[in-house]
Amino acid sequence: MRILLWKLWMGYRIFGPIIELLMAMFRPFAVAMYRMGGPIVAQMAGMILISAVVAVCVGVWAHAMLFGFVDESILATAASAGVELTGAFSYVSPATWGLTPSQIAVQLQQVGGVAANMSGVAQYLLWPVQFGIVRDLVGLGALMGLFNIIPVYTIWWERKVAGRIQSRLGPMRVGGWHGWSQSPADGIKLLLKEDLIPDGADAPLFRLAPYFNIIPSALAFVALPFGATYVFRELDVALIFILGVLGVEVLGVMLAGWASNNKWSVYGAMREACQMVSYEIPLGMALLLPVVTTGTLNLTKIVDAQSGGWFHWLVFSSPFAFIGFIAFFVASLASCKRAPFDLPEAESELVAGFLTEYSGIRWSFFFFAEYAAMFVVCGLAAILFLGGWHSPLPASWGAALGDAWYARGVKGLLFSGPVWFVAKCVFLLYVQIWIRWTLPRIRIDQVLYACVQVLLPLTMLMLLGTTVWVWASTSECETWAMVTAITRYVLGGIGLMFAFAFPAIAAYGFYHRRAMVGNLVQDAMPGS
Amino acid sequence: MADTVFEASPDTMIDYDSSQQGDLRTEEMLINMGPQHPSTHGVLRVVLRTDGEMVLEAIPHIGYLHRCAEKIGEAVQPYQYVPYTDRMDYLAGMNNNQAFSLAIERLCGIEVPPRGETIRVAFAELNRIASHLVSLGTYGLDMGAFTPFLYCFREREMILDLFEAACGARLTYSYITPGGVHDDLPASWVERCLEFLDYFETKISDYNNLLSFNHIFVKRTSRVGVISIDDAIGYGLTGPCLRGSGIRWDLRKTAPYDGYENYDFDIPIAKPGGTDEIPEGVIVGDCWSRYWVRVLEMTESVKIIRQALGRLPNGDFIAPKMKNIKLPEDEVYVEVENPRGQLGFLVAGDKSAIPSRVKARGPSFCNLCITEKACKNVMLADVPAIIGSIDVVMGEVDR
Repeated sequence: MRILLWKLWMGYRIFGPIIELLMAMFRPFAVAMYRMGGPIVAQMAGMILISAVVAVCVGVWAHAMLFGFVDESILATAASAGVELTGAFSYVSPATWGLTPSQIAVQLQQVGGVAANMSGVAQYLLWPVQFGIVRDLVGLGALMGLFNIIPVYTIWWERKVAGRIQSRLGPMRVGGWHGWSQSPADGIKLLLKEDLIPDGADAPLFRLAPYFNIIPSALAFVALPFGATYVFRELDVALIFILGVLGVEVLGVMLAGWASNNKWSVYGAMREACQMVSYEIPLGMALLLPVVTTGTLNLTKIVDAQSGGWFHWLVFSSPFAFIGFIAFFVASLASCKRAPFDLPEAESELVAGFLTEYSGIRWSFFFFAEYAAMFVVCGLAAILFLGGWHSPLPASWGAALGDAWYARGVKGLLFSGPVWFVAKCVFLLYVQIWIRWTLPRIRIDQVLYACVQVLLPLTMLMLLGTTVWVWASTSECETWAMVTAITRYVLGGIGLMFAFAFPAIAAYGFYHRRAMVGNLVQDAMPGS
Repeated sequence: MADTVFEASPDTMIDYDSSQQGDLRTEEMLINMGPQHPSTHGVLRVVLRTDGEMVLEAIPHIGYLHRCAEKIGEAVQPYQYVPYTDRMDYLAGMNNNQAFSLAIERLCGIEVPPRGETIRVAFAELNRIASHLVSLGTYGLDMGAFTPFLYCFREREMILDLFEAACGARLTYSYITPGGVHDDLPASWVERCLEFLDYFETKISDYNNLLSFNHIFVKRTSRVGVISIDDAIGYGLTGPCLRGSGIRWDLRKTAPYDGYENYDFDIPIAKPGGTDEIPEGVIVGDCWSRYWVRVLEMTESVKIIRQALGRLPNGDFIAPKMKNIKLPEDEVYVEVENPRGQLGFLVAGDKSAIPSRVKARGPSFCNLCITEKACKNVMLADVPAIIGSIDVVMGEVDR
């Protein structure tokens, strides 16, 4: 062991300066790239952004189509034809073997059309796709891309929304169109900043703490389904997995607070611990409502149970679920350390709480983790209560469209597809941001009171109510069926009212902004 | 260790000597809040003795911004000293100028022309609004509400525009000088000011909806940092802190200067929760009361400015020949009502043009004394709430 450490140390002694040199060479390169590329990027900002979004969507869709094609048209037909699998070792099920390229070519000939004409090349291109490990690598790439893109653009969006709430503009310069590359630029800045470790800090723990935060929030994406098939691993216990993995984040915060050797950081860590024991129980209780209703922990199956349009979403299924959803949302604010529960990093009390001593890339890890966790809890709320990837329109309306590839695309946009899931997440994120920039922070004893004495009994009551409701719904009684239907439509009607009132109020405010904000502000503020 | 006793009682919690093995006890921690801290409003340093989230004791330490402001007054002529008063309470420069100018005028027996007096009142009240806006905004910031801060600064910016139009400066004005004001109002300034007042009156309800009556805000500030009437008088509190404890005392009414006796306005004081529109749970003397007194004072200031602009007489705005005046061998002590309380100037002359003694009585300095008493046995999050509600400006504490 000592020899190994010595070797590592010597390796660092030899290669360390080289790495430092490379870093030093990279810095002017990055600056020069920014200086030269910046104006070009600014000119084409809108186009780049739109084409990037389109490329990502098309890429994901193309991969899904490719995997489906290989599964259905090649592997399944080959299996049914009794072809012996001799190509290579399969990752998913070690007992089976893949097809050889020539066997794939035979199958492609059977498919006919373009596939048959191009089988000479396609047999080699499609060969790796049949193996689980290749697909996992592709999926992992998509996952890591998502994990990078989501926090970056949530931060950008938060700054824009906050700016508008506060009669400012938010980022406007970097990248051109509404400062769309402000967050990537900030990320590069943080990468290049010095990674400070304070004197007297517990250096290994100090270095380790951000990973305890960022890895769990990345892991949560593994089990978070974006659509019926757009999930990296469809786990039967996905809900428990995500909840457990997000719970680990607290450890990172506490390590960071303790290892910083700063009294304010310790306060932040202790507050996080204190907050965690108070919000985690109501959060778990509220999560049990959909589980009790649908009888499964599998997120995909929970969403499947909510197909059938607006009135079949779980939040409208009973008054208990309706209130439970609100309780879940409040508890999820606390779990993401968002205002008004942002006590661990309360800047006016604890300077920056557990983040006080962090800088550069490690600091950005905490931020990444926080915003990714925000997205995950919003995704959970959408999946468990708001119908997941189903649109408000009942999917049965799309039956007339048929099953052609373009019809499937239209159905994905109109009735059920990842775009709806993302849209719901974005709306819930907006609500979180809205709350943050409106409310003051509450005190730690008030957090405990709110979570333990209000939310906990409330969610317990809701859980009891839901259980009774589900039990009653198993009966064949027709009166009860009528009661549930009426409840569903009344609650759904309330939800519809909110859904229409929200844009209506926003539009009213927008068109009467001069009267509402005042002439002086309107004349003084650019762009409002 | 079978015979270990586990016990936890309030007595053993803070008792260092009972270090028997297995006793559940917590330790006190000394922690420095400031001089660089987001919510100490400058370079105030508060040493907190804490037990977990409880603050057992908070001792303010001052002196990080000392600039010999009083001693400089004994080296320069009064009109040269006016810019130094700006830098004391830098959020209320006009009021500081006014206090020093009044002291010089009373010492030398100078009559301020009516137009100068009226302009002074209008500017002092505008600056009171601007100062209270900063106080309100930063208080929201102390409570974790970021948005009211920007709204308040948006309106303050408009007041600063008005000041800039009149005197060219946005923070350190030196506009009010011994004898009157050093420039006349520019053209159409009165109309601009009236337009602002119309706009501003509608905004106060915005602040109330967003912050003052916010349930969380009320919960955070009511019944916190309660200062009794006896304590308020005993510690020499003045201004909103005194009126927040329910004492109707304002120099503009009790010892009027610059013609304040001719204006019609009220002195808002704290009232218990449930009366008027004050939310339940508020008691007289708590942080919310002090905050609320400032909100009400802004409305009163708007009233005063309207009256002043309505009766603005023509004529001189400054008494003639104000430079190189010989100060008589006498001393005066003059107090005015600053946004933060009573700002007093003692000026003594010795038949030369330079005062032999200048001494200031700062409201922030005197109000800050109550911190130690008010911050006993509170939560950590209450300390910014209490210091913010006392609303100190460190430039004037340290001078």
